[in-house]
Amino acid sequence: MDRLVDFLLMLVVLLGLGALGSTRVADRIRMAAAQGAVLGVLLLLVHRDDISVHLVVLAALSIGIKGLGIPWLLFRGREAIKGGGTVKPYMGSTLALVLGAVALGVAFALASLLPLPIPSLSRLIVPVSLSTVFSGMLLLVIRRTAISQVLGYVLLENGIFTFSLALAGAVPTLVEMGILLDLFAAVFVMGITIYQIDREFDHIDASRLRELHDINGHTPWPLGSRERHAAPGRRPG
Amino acid sequence: MSVESIILQMGAFVLAPFLLGIINRTKAIVGGRTGQPFLQAYFDLWKLLQKGAVYSVTTTWIFRAGPIVGLAAAAAALLLVPMAHANAAISFGADLVLLAGILGLMRFFTMIAALDTGSAFEGMGASREAILASMAEPAFFLALAAIALVSGSFSLTTMLGGLLAEGWTGAAAPALVLAVAAIFLVMLAENARIPIDDPNTHLELTMIHEVMVLDHSGPDLAYILYGSAIKLWLFAALLVAVVIPFHTGSTLADVGVFLGGMAVVAVVIGLVESSMARLRMFQTSHLLISASVLGALAVALALGVE
Repeated sequence: MDRLVDFLLMLVVLLGLGALGSTRVADRIRMAAAQGAVLGVLLLLVHRDDISVHLVVLAALSIGIKGLGIPWLLFRGREAIKGGGTVKPYMGSTLALVLGAVALGVAFALASLLPLPIPSLSRLIVPVSLSTVFSGMLLLVIRRTAISQVLGYVLLENGIFTFSLALAGAVPTLVEMGILLDLFAAVFVMGITIYQIDREFDHIDASRLRELHDINGHTPWPLGSRERHAAPGRRPG
Repeated sequence: MSVESIILQMGAFVLAPFLLGIINRTKAIVGGRTGQPFLQAYFDLWKLLQKGAVYSVTTTWIFRAGPIVGLAAAAAALLLVPMAHANAAISFGADLVLLAGILGLMRFFTMIAALDTGSAFEGMGASREAILASMAEPAFFLALAAIALVSGSFSLTTMLGGLLAEGWTGAAAPALVLAVAAIFLVMLAENARIPIDDPNTHLELTMIHEVMVLDHSGPDLAYILYGSAIKLWLFAALLVAVVIPFHTGSTLADVGVFLGGMAVVAVVIGLVESSMARLRMFQTSHLLISASVLGALAVALALGVE
């Protein structure tokens, strides 16, 4: 059974790296969803000595929301928007994958310096959680489209959830439910925001959202460039 | 170098083209055809050996040496690989580095023979082969390093023997699964199989390995065909040795299990080839870098066990 936990944790890492290195948004969404589902199964395995109805409902909710609900929201958001098709990320997916692997090595090194005060189910939980957090942050930073940034956030939360698995017993399941609710609400709100951004600007390229623009497309004085219209009341010349 | 290992090596030299027959038959069955006979590769070799070779006037001795050195290197590399849990014919500490070096020599001579023709297409194939090889080599080394860390020895014979059996049931099993996946991807890359390269393509623009050997004919082509069959057998033998590290009692049962494993590997390659198309150039390099990442993860997991 411990071997199964190790295998599932390895699968979590692979799905995180896969989400980081894949070239298409649909693949990324599915891998993040699969990672969430695997974490739900791990939740059941970690608490297998004291299974209660409470725990089974929590795991089912976890798998349902992370494995089905969030990808459904994101796919629906993708269909509703028109923009965001061909923006290039800040860094290619191959380089992202290599950085993810480097982050994995750093996570393993860090985890050996951070021994947990209580014995955990597997010595892999801390490195896997750190590496998933790093993968999530990398994905958040590298990609320009808002959907991939949301996926980076989802990976980040998955990493935090994995870390809470290490402290099984010390962390009450109420806290885990809180994390789950936080994740769901955040993705829901971000989905709505993405739709609204696209409706307003016809794209979801976050790098183009850095400057303030007025309704008519001008940047209002004094923030704009030198060649502004004359302020009202001044005569040119 | 025991009698047992010599007999196994001779058997490998005889049976290597049969793997190609199994792969082609699997692809034919999946495609709804009857396909070539199992022994087609042997018939092709026999036909090619009886023909004369034609050499272009722009080529030098390198072009004639390429296939010969390639075959010799493949045969020498096979001597280092243990089969059916017998010792390899030649083994010493850290001989896996020599294995990678000899395979690299084979690839180098194929490439310079291709460049020697002075034709643009062969040069294109050589440059593509160089890029893919530069990404497949780290994956190969990392996967073998992970297996060596788990089994505790760097010599191929002892690494792939009984020491690995404890590794599969121990804490490092995830590392071994990842190493096997990385070796499988490297095997597809080194032997010019889909999804890296299509061995049946007729379009020169999409070839990698085929275009390098486009100008060879007659016995040279036979040497190249046989050399690539030996290389395929070599990688499949490595894979089988890692996946099935358990000894049965008798040598004959070991050999039977080994041959069965090789047939299964050939069928899996045939199924992979039938179910996928060749990837675009950028994606093949991406796939090989993923193989390196798998290897790196395997090494990290194997180190974590220590």
